[in-house]
Amino acid sequence: MTFRVHVRVMPRDGLLDPQGQAVEHALTALGFEEAGAVRVGRAIELDVSADSRDQAEARARQMCDKLLANPVTEDYLLQIEEEQ
Amino acid sequence: MTRVAVVRFPGSNCDFDTLRAAERHGAEAYFVWHRDVDLKGADVVILPGGFSYGDYLRSGAIARFSPVMQAVKQHAAAGGPVLGICNGFQILCEAHLLPGALLRNAGLTFVSKPVDVTVERTDTVFTCDYEADARLRLPVAHGEGRYVAPVETLRSLESEGRVVLRYVAATERSPFQSNPNGSANHIAGICNAEGNVVGIMPHPERAADRLLGLTGGSGFFTSLMAWSQEHSTLGATTR
Repeated sequence: MTFRVHVRVMPRDGLLDPQGQAVEHALTALGFEEAGAVRVGRAIELDVSADSRDQAEARARQMCDKLLANPVTEDYLLQIEEEQ
Repeated sequence: MTRVAVVRFPGSNCDFDTLRAAERHGAEAYFVWHRDVDLKGADVVILPGGFSYGDYLRSGAIARFSPVMQAVKQHAAAGGPVLGICNGFQILCEAHLLPGALLRNAGLTFVSKPVDVTVERTDTVFTCDYEADARLRLPVAHGEGRYVAPVETLRSLESEGRVVLRYVAATERSPFQSNPNGSANHIAGICNAEGNVVGIMPHPERAADRLLGLTGGSGFFTSLMAWSQEHSTLGATTR
């Protein structure tokens, strides 16, 4: 089976996110004063061949821990869909 | 003869400056390609600055998996000296040879200018020829130089004296902004627990020749030559 894995990598809470701050300032300058707490991260999508959703998730977690996210500064979220 | 291996990754751009600086200080310096699996008898390894693999994903994240990094890890594990400059420092962090990480500068801009730093550790292979607390003016040129690490790690870096270079607070005598990137504790460079792996953001190789204006970085190269001399003498007496 093939699974489409969506990885969302975000800067860890509490770490200064200057990109998020800059985007927030720009939004405010454009008149979107209701916007706040902006954070900028990274999205990665990939296909994973696996026998089950659990296996796909376990492998995707290893990929994140080893390469896709930096455990010192980033957290990640996975979303997994079975491909038709 | 002191053999200095300068590792080139696709996207390294301080490789020639580093090679030349090592040569000018009397070392036998040569390039090692990122696909090489051995360091050809290196006494000292330097990972130069640049943008290895285009800084894709995160600075240093892909370079860490280069075949040559296995050899660099073995060299470091055996106590061999390794210096990472700028992108080299980022690679050493990604490779877990040094703790922490280097993130986007707090000011978001790429910073390229001279900064003043203090040498806080003078017993490493790369700083043993400096006086304690020597103040140097060295160029920095980076977009991701904000050193961060968990609080416990910062605490142990400080208590174990593993901050090698620190940005000097701005004073009237120094027209240069003190901390150019917002790094924790004004850290500009650190070493591992054993002291043989050193990572720094400033570029000593760009400040090691009177022709280039600044010469404060020369000490990194005279240090490794002095270490190597002592090392080979010791080696000779024990043989």
